[in-house]
Amino acid sequence: MSNYVIKRLLQMIPILFVITFLSFGMMRLAGSDAVLAQMQNTGVVMSKEVIENARAELGLDKPFLTQYFIWLINILHGDMGVSYISNKEVFPTFISKLPATLLLTALSIGLTVIVSIPLGILSAVKQNRFTDYFIRFCSFIGNSVPNFFAALLLMYFFSIRLNIFPVISRDITLKNAVLPAITLSIAMSAKYMRQVRATVLDELSKDYVVGARARGVKFSVTLTKSVLKSSFVTLITLMTLSIGSLLGGTAIVESIFMWDGVGKLAVDAINMRDYPIIQAYVMWMAIIYVCVNLITDLSYHLLDPRIRIGGDKK
Amino acid sequence: MNPQNVTVRKPKIQKNYTKHKLLFFIILTALLMLAVVFANQLCPYNPNAQIFEPLETPSAAHICGTDRYGRDMLSRVLIGLQTSVLSTLLLVAIITLFGTAAGVLCGYFGGKTDALIMRVSDVCLAFPGLVFALAIAALLNGGLRNAIIALAVVSWPKYARIARSQTLSLKNSDYVFAARLSGDTSVEIITRHILPNIFGPILVTAMLDIGTMMMELAGLSFLGLGAQPPTAELGNMMSSGRSMLQTYPWVIISPGIAIFLAVAVFNLLGDTVRDYLDPRNSGK
Repeated sequence: MSNYVIKRLLQMIPILFVITFLSFGMMRLAGSDAVLAQMQNTGVVMSKEVIENARAELGLDKPFLTQYFIWLINILHGDMGVSYISNKEVFPTFISKLPATLLLTALSIGLTVIVSIPLGILSAVKQNRFTDYFIRFCSFIGNSVPNFFAALLLMYFFSIRLNIFPVISRDITLKNAVLPAITLSIAMSAKYMRQVRATVLDELSKDYVVGARARGVKFSVTLTKSVLKSSFVTLITLMTLSIGSLLGGTAIVESIFMWDGVGKLAVDAINMRDYPIIQAYVMWMAIIYVCVNLITDLSYHLLDPRIRIGGDKK
Repeated sequence: MNPQNVTVRKPKIQKNYTKHKLLFFIILTALLMLAVVFANQLCPYNPNAQIFEPLETPSAAHICGTDRYGRDMLSRVLIGLQTSVLSTLLLVAIITLFGTAAGVLCGYFGGKTDALIMRVSDVCLAFPGLVFALAIAALLNGGLRNAIIALAVVSWPKYARIARSQTLSLKNSDYVFAARLSGDTSVEIITRHILPNIFGPILVTAMLDIGTMMMELAGLSFLGLGAQPPTAELGNMMSSGRSMLQTYPWVIISPGIAIFLAVAVFNLLGDTVRDYLDPRNSGK
């Protein structure tokens, strides 16, 4: 087990290098640097020598790879440069917005679990009955609505018509988080209801279920004690796989509800071509994503003996 | 009507049922495609002409009302649908062709090219999809073409992986050995024996992706990174109508319903094609 953990952690190193390298290269490709951006923002036209001097001061005249390593060392000290627009430090700005996004992500995953697992199981148990058709119909609808449309509809009905929730969720409170979290969990729940249904159906068709029934074990007992337990690993995989799409999905939803997280920060930065912020966003989102995947892999290893053996073989 | 109780005749009935369903959804998709192709002819008015009273409520003359510049919404929704659907189909075609080609070549020839292409796809998969797409679109300065490029960069690895794993398993099958023994060249083996056999899974993946891709493309446009106004595209129409949600909700609702219907039709077709091609449906 500890060998496996060490191996996985070592595998992280090249991935982290690639992520940081791409995030760094991306900004260079944009053909803009701090000096030019400052010139454009202040509107002061600088002479060539002044630009050259400013560049030399910031180390921008060094070779690409040298710049990359300097930048990488700065990151390790928590220094990601300053925003082109607000001139504030990027890293503290980003960190201050991160809790809001994590709260929203956690809430929508929680909501998805609460909605999709019971409904998915119900749908599987009542296969091809009305309940099943109805749940599948709802899941189909949820799957076909773009999240920005769902967000605007929810906003229209619950904020404008019924006046239950605020239109703009600028303050980070639980009440303000309800609509964005629902929006994010609609598409996810729709997807997972199907998956939960398929997983449970698959498990229900196995011989041991028939065996248990033949021995007179109550169906509810088989369902809770055996079927759900063995479906658990699949369900966890599905949930964590969704974190990738969730991290990107929050950008649109946050900017619609004015939820003050990193997604909105990124969208605003993109509109103003504030590259240092975009860079921080892409890099940290990728790092979070890779870490989540790593934790998932490690937790399987603990949960499922079959994967443990397969994993060691690799 | 629990099908588990019907034993002997079930497979045939099921297959026929799926066949009829498939036919129905193909017709539905064909109707949608007709509306998309002939959108210019179907428009009651010029979608870009600012000649009406702005923000009229829906009426007989303007079924979906007018927008804030006095343009007919129905015409704009039709043209917007055309833009969205055609660009999505282009995107899916690009990733399917490129991903499959890369995957088949990797799987068939192996070696350094395989390792290189697979590492590149690992890198693409290391980033959360939409975040990476957002970054690329931002880097390329928006525009519909760049949004398509951004999503293509993010999405091709999935196809490459499917095609590669399928090719790997086919490569060592007896009939491929037999074909090689009888003197077929690699090109002949790939085109005659491998491609037809991986066509099914790739087609299903592509069909199921159309809906998702349409939503993601519209999402990028909604954020201002896709089609730019005055081009009518469903995502950017909804984005520009956002501020009027409180007073003139139909400006949002009609493009929203259009995109929902288009995604729903493609999803239904994709699901049915999958059920139809799934060998388990005819056996079990």
